Amino acid sequence: MTTVPTKTRPSLLSAVRNINLRAYGMIIALVLIMILFQALNVTLQNENFITPLNITNVILQNSYILILAIGMMLVIVNGHIDLSVGSVLAFCGAMSATALADWDWPWYVAVLFAVALGAAIGVWQGFWIAYVRIPAFIVTLAGMLIFRGLTLKVLDAETKGTTGTFNELASGYQFMGVDLRVPTLVVGIAGAALFVFFSVRSRTRQVKAGIAASSQTTWLIKTAAIAAVMLAAAYTFYSYKGLPIIGWILLGLVLLFTFIANRTVFGRHVYAGGGNEKAAMLSGVKVKQTTFWVFVIMGALSGLAGVIVTARLHAATPGAGNAFELDAIAASFIGGASVTGGVGTIIGAVIGGLVMGVLRQGMQVLGIATDTVQIILGLVVLAAVLFDVWNKKRATGGGLMPPIVGTTPGGSGGAKAKAKEGIDKEPTRAGTLSATTDDKPIS
Amino acid sequence: MSEDILRMRGITKRFPGVLALSGVALGVKRATIHALVGENGAGKSTLMKVLSGVYAYGDFDGEIEFDGQPAQFKNIRDSEAAGVVIIHQELALVGELSIAENIFLGNERKRGGVISWDRTNAEAARLMQKVGLHDNPATLVEKIGVGKQQLVEIAKALSKDVKLLILDEPTAALNDSDSENLLELLRQLREEGVTSIIISHKLGEVLSVADRITVLRDGQSIETLDTEADAVTEDRLIKSMVGRDLEHLYPPHEPKIGKVFFEINDWSVHHPEQRDRVMVNKASINVARGEIVGLAGLMGAGRTEFAMSVFGRSWGSNISGEATMDGKRLHLRNVPEAIESGLAYATEDRKHYGLHLEYDLRENFTLPGLDRLSTRGVVDQDKVNAVSERLRTEFGVKAPSVYSLAGNLSGGNQQKVVLGKWVFTEPELLILDEPTRGIDVGAKYEIYELIHKLVDQGKGVLMISSELPELLGMCDRIYAMSAGHITGQVDRANATQEELMRLMTLETASGGEEQRQ
Repeated sequence: MTTVPTKTRPSLLSAVRNINLRAYGMIIALVLIMILFQALNVTLQNENFITPLNITNVILQNSYILILAIGMMLVIVNGHIDLSVGSVLAFCGAMSATALADWDWPWYVAVLFAVALGAAIGVWQGFWIAYVRIPAFIVTLAGMLIFRGLTLKVLDAETKGTTGTFNELASGYQFMGVDLRVPTLVVGIAGAALFVFFSVRSRTRQVKAGIAASSQTTWLIKTAAIAAVMLAAAYTFYSYKGLPIIGWILLGLVLLFTFIANRTVFGRHVYAGGGNEKAAMLSGVKVKQTTFWVFVIMGALSGLAGVIVTARLHAATPGAGNAFELDAIAASFIGGASVTGGVGTIIGAVIGGLVMGVLRQGMQVLGIATDTVQIILGLVVLAAVLFDVWNKKRATGGGLMPPIVGTTPGGSGGAKAKAKEGIDKEPTRAGTLSATTDDKPIS
Repeated sequence: MSEDILRMRGITKRFPGVLALSGVALGVKRATIHALVGENGAGKSTLMKVLSGVYAYGDFDGEIEFDGQPAQFKNIRDSEAAGVVIIHQELALVGELSIAENIFLGNERKRGGVISWDRTNAEAARLMQKVGLHDNPATLVEKIGVGKQQLVEIAKALSKDVKLLILDEPTAALNDSDSENLLELLRQLREEGVTSIIISHKLGEVLSVADRITVLRDGQSIETLDTEADAVTEDRLIKSMVGRDLEHLYPPHEPKIGKVFFEINDWSVHHPEQRDRVMVNKASINVARGEIVGLAGLMGAGRTEFAMSVFGRSWGSNISGEATMDGKRLHLRNVPEAIESGLAYATEDRKHYGLHLEYDLRENFTLPGLDRLSTRGVVDQDKVNAVSERLRTEFGVKAPSVYSLAGNLSGGNQQKVVLGKWVFTEPELLILDEPTRGIDVGAKYEIYELIHKLVDQGKGVLMISSELPELLGMCDRIYAMSAGHITGQVDRANATQEELMRLMTLETASGGEEQRQ
């Protein structure tokens, strides 16, 4: 059956309606959450929530989750999962602290060492997952135990302190003696200008080729809004102490990985392999190799996150990074990753991490107890995935392709095929597994 | 009891922006086989969903009278309780469960909430007997072929005391002998008083089995024909379905056949899991430039296995043999090498293996040829857009833009996307596996024209098809395959269905030592 999308009318209302909710829904949600906390804070405690200090703190406190979420998004898009990142982070952090404190290595060598170690762990796990085809769930579950154990061994179950420039990475505002306030503002303005320039250029080319992706109004709103957010963010950081070093690292990672995901053959293959592995393979995508490198990247990012956590605490601890994998996975799903793989953006993962961070920070400022915070965060994750399911239905034409018995909501054949392959590919979906085992006869 | 078991009147169903059915009338006589034909998107499946309660009563306008009673089904459970059972094109079976369990899934034979395995298996055996399925009821459904799975679905329907059985494209995935079995079963059920509605694109089969035929077009019922009283022919039906005359089913074409450029010699393939099982046995074929070569065979003959193993060893194990192009030996160790060597393989299962349904046309068109659109691993997005737009127009894909999702296209348009994505890799030889499966007549014609265009550019085409008339209508030369052996070849002038069928069913020594031809 053919779905015939309704023609777009060039009105403001339809422009708003046609905004891709999956892509921008979470940005809107993030803004709404911030406004909500601002309102609550003003009424209940008579003070502002949206302050340069609070915003900076959200970045500082969640930096390592955001780094992990970037890698996790690639892993999930490729149709896998990584449960080991918390332990890998702890192990790499411990090794960097050892290199720094016991072996007297310069800080940058210690950092590179941790990243390389993480990548090496990625090689180990990626090999089993991609080439031996052991489900990522199992391999990384094993990794979670192995690297936690190694952390305890290396640290002898004690804390190892770190000093000097190394610690500045997680919370410093001056890099090698250079104050970062003015650069923050300059880069913010230059970035917004560059963004507008590239947006206009790409738009012109699309219009020229006769294949504009969206209406003029939608495009204008989008471009203006993003540029405004960039300027506002730059000014906010400027008015406190400037963007901290970790903020620059994050910015670099987001730009780098967005580029990799969208503009490189490797990136597109990550998506193609996760969206429909068989079709990708038959289209000449080296699926195994792609998956392997995704896990190497995840490992390297875990190593970097390990450095940041250690630097932030000024010490490597045996329990560092505990349950961070869950935060990173949650951030990816809040940020629009599809449970079946193939869908998700780097910026989405970061936004997802920020939504969690802002919620935590906001509730903390309001004096809400941690137990309640946990419950609310749990519900948010559920709501985000629910939103994704609803949105998918909407995108595939809602009522046009209603679920038939036996097919997944949304009714696309691909989803059904995935569910069938689900067991060897993604044992995380407990629903699929239990549904079949329950019905098994005793024979 | 009235003569009509079913009367549907003035059925109108709207989707946002689309009028799917408009005042459709359908009357089905008791204990007959009634066929529903029409192009894709004509509204056949929607009408059957209305009937079976997939769309709840009230979601549509019009009235339904079933078995003399007004029917107001709110869901499938309601319609099944009344005796209407629908079997969808994509079978609703659980592969990991046994045949018996599948038959009684959701309708379990139990005593006080505990499944009675004795009753389940015994009753399943009885139903299986009835549909001519002679397997052990405890066999897992994934272990039996599609033809038998179809029979399991029918047994499942019989277990629910079906009065009206609806089959949506039941033979689309079946080979000729399995199809014939199924149709024979429907005739037998008709004798026992079961009424069937069958949706099918295979008009020959419709004419052979149906008592009456209703034609739908653009959401309207055009006419109902009686196969005994009226002189109904395929041409007559096609004319009614497409609303215009289709001179021939196959576009006229003057072949310009050049030199043989692609050869495969002594190609053998083993099953990927059961490594001692030979699936393709010393097969040798060749293709000339500008030639359309057919590959005929029954299901399980090894056609797809052969093609996929050639295409970069994407199927099978322990593959041996030699492939050459223009006299040069090809290295085909993986798919990228096969593409590099100038091969393309368009799969028979475009939804699962051919396309990324959740991605837009740009992603689908450019995936195999992404390297051509990038420098040092960085993709040139402007080129991607331009190329996609060009392919969309060139292949006549009916989609609003290149940003449309592949999953939202009709089967014919999806197939054009699959062809487009392979043509972009500039292959010398295209292997087309069931290129028109599940596609309506009009779109088939367009696909045929595209294939002609490709061979006119000097490319070679190897076409696998289960529909013999299609092979006869399109191919310059046809190889027949049986049990992994190439059992012979016939050229256009001498090809008949009978001769092909003889070669396709030729007994070959399974030992593999025996010669071919």
